[in-house]
Amino acid sequence: MNPLKSIFKKTDPYFQSQGRFSRFKGIYLATRTFFFLPSPVTTTAPHVRDHIDLKRFMSFVILALLPVTLFGMFNVGYQYHGGNATWIDMFSTGAGQVLPIILVSYGVGFFWEILFATVRGHDVTEGLLVTGLLFPLTLPPTIPLWQVALGISFGVVMGKEVFGGTGRNLLNPALTARAFVFFSYPVSMSGNNVWQLSHPGVDALSGATALSLGGTGEIIQETILNAGFSLDRLFFGFHPGSIGETSALLCFVGAVFLMVTRVASFRIILGGIAGVILTSLVFMVLPGPKDTWFSAGPLYHLFSGGFALGISFMATDPVSAPGTNSGRWIYGFFIGFFTVLLRSVNPAYVEGVMLSILFMNIFSPLIDHVTLKITAARRIPNV
Amino acid sequence: MLDLISLFIDSVFIGNILLSYFLGMCSFIAVSNNIETSVGLGFAVIFVLTITAPANWAIYHWLLAPGALSWAGLGHLDLSFLKYITFIAVIAAIVQAVEMIIDKYSPVLYSALGVFLPLIAVNCAILGTALFMVEREYSLVESIVFGAGSGTGWMLAIVAMATIKKKMRYADVPQGLDGFGITMIVGGLMAMTFMMFSGITL
Repeated sequence: MNPLKSIFKKTDPYFQSQGRFSRFKGIYLATRTFFFLPSPVTTTAPHVRDHIDLKRFMSFVILALLPVTLFGMFNVGYQYHGGNATWIDMFSTGAGQVLPIILVSYGVGFFWEILFATVRGHDVTEGLLVTGLLFPLTLPPTIPLWQVALGISFGVVMGKEVFGGTGRNLLNPALTARAFVFFSYPVSMSGNNVWQLSHPGVDALSGATALSLGGTGEIIQETILNAGFSLDRLFFGFHPGSIGETSALLCFVGAVFLMVTRVASFRIILGGIAGVILTSLVFMVLPGPKDTWFSAGPLYHLFSGGFALGISFMATDPVSAPGTNSGRWIYGFFIGFFTVLLRSVNPAYVEGVMLSILFMNIFSPLIDHVTLKITAARRIPNV
Repeated sequence: MLDLISLFIDSVFIGNILLSYFLGMCSFIAVSNNIETSVGLGFAVIFVLTITAPANWAIYHWLLAPGALSWAGLGHLDLSFLKYITFIAVIAAIVQAVEMIIDKYSPVLYSALGVFLPLIAVNCAILGTALFMVEREYSLVESIVFGAGSGTGWMLAIVAMATIKKKMRYADVPQGLDGFGITMIVGGLMAMTFMMFSGITL
């Protein structure tokens, strides 16, 4: 027998309900599931025969996030060296900055998850693998590590564990964490100096994001272009920004992967893209300021900022999104709508994706309720 | 016309009476367990606010404000210190009158609203709206729009809360937080997301 298997077989009784360590069952199960597929099956009907489970589900999201993460590391180094270094140098500089953030996020996140699992007797679930990686990707590379720890603590405890853990949260935990840091420590989350790693001894580099431009009097598309943000640069991602948000291309590649494997709802993603395109087209036609993002047009809105990351990986969180198909279209559309609206008319925040998704998370139970009511009213009564 | 629409949107989203100013929390927490009743209460609040805001406006500007009594030859009087007690009394009286009128002409609506209609008299959102109206020096028409907008914002928040509570039937909330505690946490998270409108000026 596999030696590992025999260890688990030997220690198993200690963690069952009568065992000496039954309190730590959650940790034990999590460790065992890490190595072996859990064998228990449902004991009463209905039995669903499917290979998809929470572990598979979450590992698909991790897989889709991997290119985004690796590119994020590379881009942090690329911005630091200004592109004048070997690929290896750029990647290792970026990894040296980004990996500690990810490690702190995972470490502190798992501390809370395991604490709650042990005290409250629920399982340690794979949901945190996604939350703990998504949260760092939404942060600027210069974020202090203690703020990462504080943020993920708020996200995991207040965003998820007080509701009973994975699958019961109301808001997306990663975005709850980011919103907490964003409102508590605005200095390290916004402005022009946080998006780019600076050389030691040099003042912070001014690495403005494309979204902070505008208001100069000339047409916004020209402002963006003159600042060096061509559409293809925004699309491929070689520009300063949050760690994972810069490359719209890789985010959309991940989105396609998730849609094909049906982990993410294509209705939410397409609805969101439609929302951005329609709203920005309407704003372009409306009489409004021509020198702000109000009239930047659909392509710039789609490819800049965190929209690609948010709509692909955070809006599609199946727990906080609506459960009805028509509701998902509405939910996605309004995320796109509010994103463009906030970028255009709210001078307080240059980026609106995070708050738009959280706002629609709040209203997704209402969307579900209304769509279910409408469907039920349309049904022919079977008298 | 456009600034009235702006005022309405402002009072529904940007300055949401419940999630930005935290007024009317008691019924928000107590009545949000059932979607139908929270919709009913929401409509009752909109209705009462749309009536009481202009009524209080009239009383304040023709009786209480400094110099308001000049039509009676008493222009030197400043009765604005009476506004709190007067507003409360006006709200309570109007709610009573509305209750009796609804009871007389629409017993169905009356029984649907049930105990909530009299409860509105002590809803802080109603008094808060009247006081904001004085402080921001709205005109009569603006006060009507502001009342309706505040009520709509309040209803939006309580209906969202009721549906969230329905979704949370499957949640496993720690014992000490169950009920009131988790409602406050959810209210706080809702207020956090509503901060996305802060900073917009219409």
